[in-house]
Amino acid sequence: MIPINYYIALSAILFTIGALGVLVRRNPLIIFMSIELMLNAANLAIVAFTRVYQILEGQIFVFFVMTVAAAEVAVGLALIVAIFRTKHSINIDEMNNLKG
Amino acid sequence: MPPLNFSIILPLLVLTVWACLLLLVDLFVKNKGITALLAALGLAISLGITLSQVGATGTSFNNMVVLDGFSTFVNALLLVSGLFGIALAYGYVKRMGIERGEYYTLLLFSVVGMMLMAQAADLIIVFLALEMLSIPLYVLAAFARPNVNSEEAGLKYFLLGAFSTGFVVYGIALVFGATRTTSLAGIVSAANAASSGTSSLLLLTIGSALILVGLGFKVAAVPFHMWTPDVYQGAPSAVTAFMAAGAKIAGFAALLRVFSLAFPSLASDITPIIAVISALTMIVGNIIAIAQTNIKRLLAYSSIAHAGYILMAFVPYGQKGVVATSVAAGLFYLVSYALTNFGAWAVVIALEKAEGNPSTGSGQRGLEIADYAGIGRKHPALAAAMTVFMFSLTGIPPTLGFVGKFYLFRAAIAGQFYLLAVIGVLTSLISAYYYLRVVVTMYMREGEPETTSEPWLNLTWGLAAVLTVIVSLVPAPLFDWASQAVLKLF
Repeated sequence: MIPINYYIALSAILFTIGALGVLVRRNPLIIFMSIELMLNAANLAIVAFTRVYQILEGQIFVFFVMTVAAAEVAVGLALIVAIFRTKHSINIDEMNNLKG
Repeated sequence: MPPLNFSIILPLLVLTVWACLLLLVDLFVKNKGITALLAALGLAISLGITLSQVGATGTSFNNMVVLDGFSTFVNALLLVSGLFGIALAYGYVKRMGIERGEYYTLLLFSVVGMMLMAQAADLIIVFLALEMLSIPLYVLAAFARPNVNSEEAGLKYFLLGAFSTGFVVYGIALVFGATRTTSLAGIVSAANAASSGTSSLLLLTIGSALILVGLGFKVAAVPFHMWTPDVYQGAPSAVTAFMAAGAKIAGFAALLRVFSLAFPSLASDITPIIAVISALTMIVGNIIAIAQTNIKRLLAYSSIAHAGYILMAFVPYGQKGVVATSVAAGLFYLVSYALTNFGAWAVVIALEKAEGNPSTGSGQRGLEIADYAGIGRKHPALAAAMTVFMFSLTGIPPTLGFVGKFYLFRAAIAGQFYLLAVIGVLTSLISAYYYLRVVVTMYMREGEPETTSEPWLNLTWGLAAVLTVIVSLVPAPLFDWASQAVLKLF
């Protein structure tokens, strides 16, 4: 059996890649994918812990995270589509109407 | 399996069902004003049930939600905030041409999420409540579509909100890994048992720090505040008012539940971090606010600064003797901030005009501080109310803000955080500069301001101004209620 540490290390790496992606990428869709990566890193960690401890609580939490992530996708993509219709661009660097 | 006790979450249930029905009813109602009134009625019914539960305690759903004095207090505050939010929106959405029935339904769902946050006794519920309050707010922030400012605000809020959710979820995952449970009560006992130097303590520390980061985003604490000015400026003003008060109250409720209940054993690690965040938030918020010329951005930085003051209440969370008064002071300050905030935003809404080009977002008038010139002469009552709110945000007596800050600083001194109290006082002095500049502009500059007078809007700023002064003269009953509310927590 693969030791738990490997899973946790992998999930930490995924989480870091996700967080860095949010900070450095300029396309909202890619940023959004990076956020999903962060959430799934958490899911991986929880599932690994649950498997080791043999308790169900974590599995249920993972379901909640997945459901909520889906709800977030619905709202997020709608926002991106709406902004594309107005500006014909979704580049984050061009979202500079508000500043000061 | 014990029978489910639905009465624990009755106000929540009523509001959820009401919101779902409202979504249907709205289809057949032409006059959206009726939708607004129905939504307000739902909040009022829920508020009535909440107030009837004062003193009641209990848990339900396998100890996942809890009803206690604290949740009742916060829920009542949130429901009143929802009512204020609807009162502000009622005329505003018509005037701005964004009157759609979903506005009120989304607002109700958001209130439900906030209330769930106050009642959460399990990290799963904390996460669910966080999302339930945030997702409707993302939509509401972009509600003035196709106004490009509003869309931009919605997208920025969404991306950073989802980013912070990622931190919370990963934090919960690590805490779960360290303690083998997600229930707050279970975490306490597991955390107390975790001996120093073990890997589970390390996981617990990192996990709680990640949760702190995620909730820090929600309450707009420095250095997680970058989204606040843009979102507050771009979102429709009525939404901003509700977001500033509601999301802050709920965020602090969650911080309090999670940190003072689940992580007291980490206090020696976390307290310095919260103290530094609190000090930074007060300093950065107040100093950047000085440079603002747009009233919405000014209030946004003011809201960041106030997050710092409220965070002060959580700094001594590991000290048994001090924490109760300190948290009660924090609750009191939340009430005072919510009230003043709604009043100030009501004045902003009264001056805001719908003109301008929606697709470029430019030319919206009535939002610069310079536009406030001459109100003192033309609309003395409105100017007097705004003066009260500015005084209250600064912390000048006789206003609620002064009493709130007094309690907060007293609690900080009792916890021996002298430096923090000094920073609080000094930054309040700095804040006087920009708050009083608004007052000076209103009374000392000549101008021809145009204001809108709507019954619900006038009622909001009138009521908020009167309450801000009156409650500050007799603060004891409210503070006693807040103290009672936190008494059973610790």
